[in-house]
Amino acid sequence: MLENYLPVLIFIAIGIAFGGFMILMGFLLGPRKPDSEKLSAYECGFEAFEDARMKFDVRYYLVAILFIIFDLEIAFLFPWAIVLRDIGMFGFMSMVLFLGILVIGFIYEWKKGALQWE
Amino acid sequence: MQTITLLIVLAPLLGALIAGLFGGTIGRGGAHTVTTVGVAIAFVLSALVFKQIAIDGAESFNHSVYIWLVSEGIRFEVGFLVDELTAMMMVVVTFVSLMVHIYTIGYMAHDEENWPEGSGAGINSYQRFFSYISLFTFSMLMLVMANNFMQLFFGWEAVGLVSYLLIGFWSVRETAVFANLKAFLVNRVGDFGFLLGIAAVLMHFNTLDYASVFNAVELQKDVTISIWPGSEWNIMTVIAILLFIGAMGKSAQVPLHVWLPDSMEGPTPISALIHAATMVTAGIFMVARMSPIYELSEVALAVVLTIGAITALFMGFLGLVQHDIKRVVAYSTLSQLGYMTVALGASAYAAGVFHLMTHAFFKALLFLAAGSVIIAMHHKQDMREMGGLRKYMPITWLTSLIGSLALIGAPGFSGFFSKDSIIEAVHHSTIPGSGFAYFAVLAGVFITALYSFRMYFLVFHGKERMDEHTRSHLHETPWVVTVPLILLAIPSIFIGGPYVGSMVFGDFFSEAITVAPAHDVLSQVGFTSAMGMIGHGFLTAPFWLAASGVFVAWFLYMRRTDLPAKIVALPVVKQIHWVLVNKYGFDDFNQAVFGGGSRNLGTGLWKVGDVALIDGLLVNGSARLVGMVSAVARHLQSGYLYHYAFAMILGLLALFGLFVVG
Amino acid sequence: MNFDMPNFLPAMPEMFVLGMTSLILIIDLFLNERTRVVSYLLAQATLVGAFILSLSLYSGNAELSFSDTFVLDPMAGVLKMAVYATVFMVFLYSHSYLRERGLFRGEFFVLALFGVLGMMVLISAHSFLTIYLGLELMSLALYAMVAMQRDSRTASEAAMKYFILGAMASAMLLYGMSMLYGVTGTLELTELSRAVQQTQGDRLLLVFGLVFLLVGVAFKLGAVPFHMWVPDVYHGAPTAVTLFISTAPKLAGFAMLMRLMVDGLPGLQPQWHDILVLLAVLSIGVGNVVAIAQTNIKRMLAYSGISHAGFLLLGVLSGTPEGYAAGMFYAIVYTIMGLGGFGMVILMSRAGFEAEQLEDYKGLNQRSPWFALMMLFIMFSMAGVPPFIGFWAKLAVLQAVVSANLMWLAAVAVIFSVIGAFFYLRVIKLMYFDQAREQGSLKPGADLAVVLSANAIGILALGAFPGALMALCLQAMGA
Repeated sequence: MLENYLPVLIFIAIGIAFGGFMILMGFLLGPRKPDSEKLSAYECGFEAFEDARMKFDVRYYLVAILFIIFDLEIAFLFPWAIVLRDIGMFGFMSMVLFLGILVIGFIYEWKKGALQWE
Repeated sequence: MQTITLLIVLAPLLGALIAGLFGGTIGRGGAHTVTTVGVAIAFVLSALVFKQIAIDGAESFNHSVYIWLVSEGIRFEVGFLVDELTAMMMVVVTFVSLMVHIYTIGYMAHDEENWPEGSGAGINSYQRFFSYISLFTFSMLMLVMANNFMQLFFGWEAVGLVSYLLIGFWSVRETAVFANLKAFLVNRVGDFGFLLGIAAVLMHFNTLDYASVFNAVELQKDVTISIWPGSEWNIMTVIAILLFIGAMGKSAQVPLHVWLPDSMEGPTPISALIHAATMVTAGIFMVARMSPIYELSEVALAVVLTIGAITALFMGFLGLVQHDIKRVVAYSTLSQLGYMTVALGASAYAAGVFHLMTHAFFKALLFLAAGSVIIAMHHKQDMREMGGLRKYMPITWLTSLIGSLALIGAPGFSGFFSKDSIIEAVHHSTIPGSGFAYFAVLAGVFITALYSFRMYFLVFHGKERMDEHTRSHLHETPWVVTVPLILLAIPSIFIGGPYVGSMVFGDFFSEAITVAPAHDVLSQVGFTSAMGMIGHGFLTAPFWLAASGVFVAWFLYMRRTDLPAKIVALPVVKQIHWVLVNKYGFDDFNQAVFGGGSRNLGTGLWKVGDVALIDGLLVNGSARLVGMVSAVARHLQSGYLYHYAFAMILGLLALFGLFVVG
Repeated sequence: MNFDMPNFLPAMPEMFVLGMTSLILIIDLFLNERTRVVSYLLAQATLVGAFILSLSLYSGNAELSFSDTFVLDPMAGVLKMAVYATVFMVFLYSHSYLRERGLFRGEFFVLALFGVLGMMVLISAHSFLTIYLGLELMSLALYAMVAMQRDSRTASEAAMKYFILGAMASAMLLYGMSMLYGVTGTLELTELSRAVQQTQGDRLLLVFGLVFLLVGVAFKLGAVPFHMWVPDVYHGAPTAVTLFISTAPKLAGFAMLMRLMVDGLPGLQPQWHDILVLLAVLSIGVGNVVAIAQTNIKRMLAYSGISHAGFLLLGVLSGTPEGYAAGMFYAIVYTIMGLGGFGMVILMSRAGFEAEQLEDYKGLNQRSPWFALMMLFIMFSMAGVPPFIGFWAKLAVLQAVVSANLMWLAAVAVIFSVIGAFFYLRVIKLMYFDQAREQGSLKPGADLAVVLSANAIGILALGAFPGALMALCLQAMGA
């Protein structure tokens, strides 16, 4: 059973190797002539005003969470769509129910004003 | 039937709860109404049950109503067993209780006078009293209606508790507090034996249910146990004697009788109800109920017989030298309880129980009459300050006379039938000690007549020795007092004749009481009819003994009133009198040996065991230790999240270390 | 896996609760402060309806559904009904408390109902998957409920602690499940137990997974040493939420323990027996001893809950149906007593005042003899004084322990109970023998007064008639 995962392992190894190779190549081959301008946080334009670890508006989190929920929904829909033929009515209704619950949540957040920035 | 029995028990309890918890709200009238109604309901239903069981011959009723717990197959439950014996007891208890409730309305009407000015303890004392006597009725009914030993013990202790509360009802009087403490402690001795008896039953029969125990006694009758190495005791003897020790405490048999005279410190109605008619007869009832066990042990019967005979005779003597009207009646009660015990010892359970019933009526009557006199005398109880009350209190006088005649066993009165049956039964008995017992009960008849009529003459006849103030206020007591007297006087006369045939000599109790054929003395008494018994009664020794007792009393206290003092002054009599006045020294002995001894022991144990070992080392030491551990442990709860997470990881690792690696 | 239409009937209560909760969520959006009571009533109606459904589905045999991931057996039926009843009481208690603190929002009820749904799934779970699903649904609802009082620092802190520690515990549980899956190749409990039984030789991996599983369960039950969150969360959360957390989830936690250990891993009984002994002894010891040092009644009750969790484990570890029934009896009894205890805190509190300190109970008898008496019932019952129901619960588990030949364990439990009796009796002493700090009689709302009285008197009445409940538990365990 474990050998089924061998391709995955090989894939990971190749991925890491390939990525590492690219970075290494860039590091080795690229010309390097640093000066103070180049080393500043932003080469083009402003000095940084404050620390990057600033407080984010809580609404970013809200949006991020909502994004994740619907992102997962999509991730769930793809495999479902592929096997839809095999899983029949029960599979279909399950997804409908899932979407229905999501819709209820969506109504809730909409009505609560989570989608309004101001 | 189950509903009725439950109602009988719960009606007085409800009354007691209402009067006790809400006494201040419902007031005096409310309290006495609700309790009296509760007891009246119990009485009417008991009479109904009696009619069904005893007269219509319905099956006896044996059901458990509530299982408290089942442990290892032993059931602890509340259940009712209603057969002829129980039905009779129920009627007696509820009837006397009802009379006492009514009587109390008059007797306690001015109870506030009995409390010191501004005493907080006296608040709502009237309501509290009613609550107690109703609670007593409930407890007594639980006792007699029990179908298992646990409930019997519950009732046993509950009546003891109420008795304790009522003896010390006037809790600001030192003597009352002393008396109730005494009653409590002496009963502890008896109850210890009783509890051991029940434990022995449980150990050997593995059940607490009456029926199962009685079914099994035949199989177990030859089992012996060794109490100390080398001694073999028949288990039935052990159980019977241990149970009888309980009965000795509750029914005030020598030497555990000392509490009963002192219990007269309580208000008179409860002396009548608890310390004459019902609670003190619980021991008699219990032994009769346990007759299947007692029948298997002649040793136990002989013990019962001897103790009863001693009590019957020697407690009667003490009645001769008392001056307090209630104490005379109290000693008479002791003596009569001795008679009942003698009957039990002679296997004449039916006669004993029959005497219990008749005694309940006439002794309650005598107590209530004494109480009536006490009310009229403004709570003076010394007979030397009475006399000639007959013309002031005709109803009290007449009913007292009836009670006294019943007590001494004048032919035709209820007491005659029961007492004569006992004497005859003892006469035929072959149990060891029956010879002495026969002599004791015969001599007791004379003594009984003597002290009863001494009291009667001193109180109602002769010179009026009270002071002028009291005399001017003498009058008959109110109807709530006299009506119970009259109602109790009726059964005191008539209850004997109609029932003696069936109850004592017939098969009335044949289901409830077991008598081995060899012990069946009652069937040897040639009984024909109640009328025949009366006719025969005039020819027997007891009648002449009683008559001479009355005569001597008349002679000494009416004719030659100077004689008693002279007789007492005679050389030998003087010493005897001294012994009697000191009640054979029981009290002093107990006080010195048991009281003093246990106090010294207690002080010793307290100083060494309690203060040093237990308090110093165990209690405070362990409490301090726990407190310290606790104080340290709470610091582990630091409030820091990473500490908590760390603790979880540590816990996980510990589990690994112990269970996976180790 | 097959995708045939499964039998939906056993899951009717779950579906009903899900539908109703979604409905309440939507309806509540269109309500204002004045009409919010509709949400409350609908929530209560949901519980009543679910109770009726579960009752009508109750039968003596077990029914599997949803590809054997879901089971409806007598234990599930009884525990679910107990959960509904408990939460019903929680809502009754909380109603006025929430109103006075501006927490009377639809979210409270919706979250609580989702929590209930999680418990139901957990109780009926018959596969690792459903266990985890139910557990997380329940836990997430609880985390959010603790944090509901957003302007309270302690509540936010408590919620954060609870969430992070809970996540850790979940992770461990999940890890343990994956280990067992790795060894046996199945998630379904019956197959799992068969596979475990057939495993020959080295059981190291199985025990490894078992330890992780038990950490997750112990965390939910609040057993030492995974109890650290309990006092802080009970203390920090609004009392209404504490009431919820401390009661119904214990029933679900018990069910989870039963499903995992008894249904899933009977083959590892010797191992989990030892672990549970350790957890039980630690819980009973630490819970009873540390409670003594508490001055805050919510913390005190939290530690009391820890020790009760230990007692509950005693019933399960004996490994007999009677023992399981005793554990179940204990769980149900504990929820009843916990309801009373925290209910009393709610009753004593009022707007702007939380009766959290033990001192607040001083002289309660002078202020309100009746409620002092009710509190006396509850405390006596928790201490295990007969004739209250708590006594029977302790007796039942101790009997189970004794019959499993663990006399020393019973002795330890009894000794620590005696130590524990101290802090229960201290409350009584404060109520009856100390002078009240504040005068003025206690005037709770009529509904609260009735609910608390019924609760406390129920403790007494059940103590007088414990037979029926015990029989139900025995029947549910097939003993």
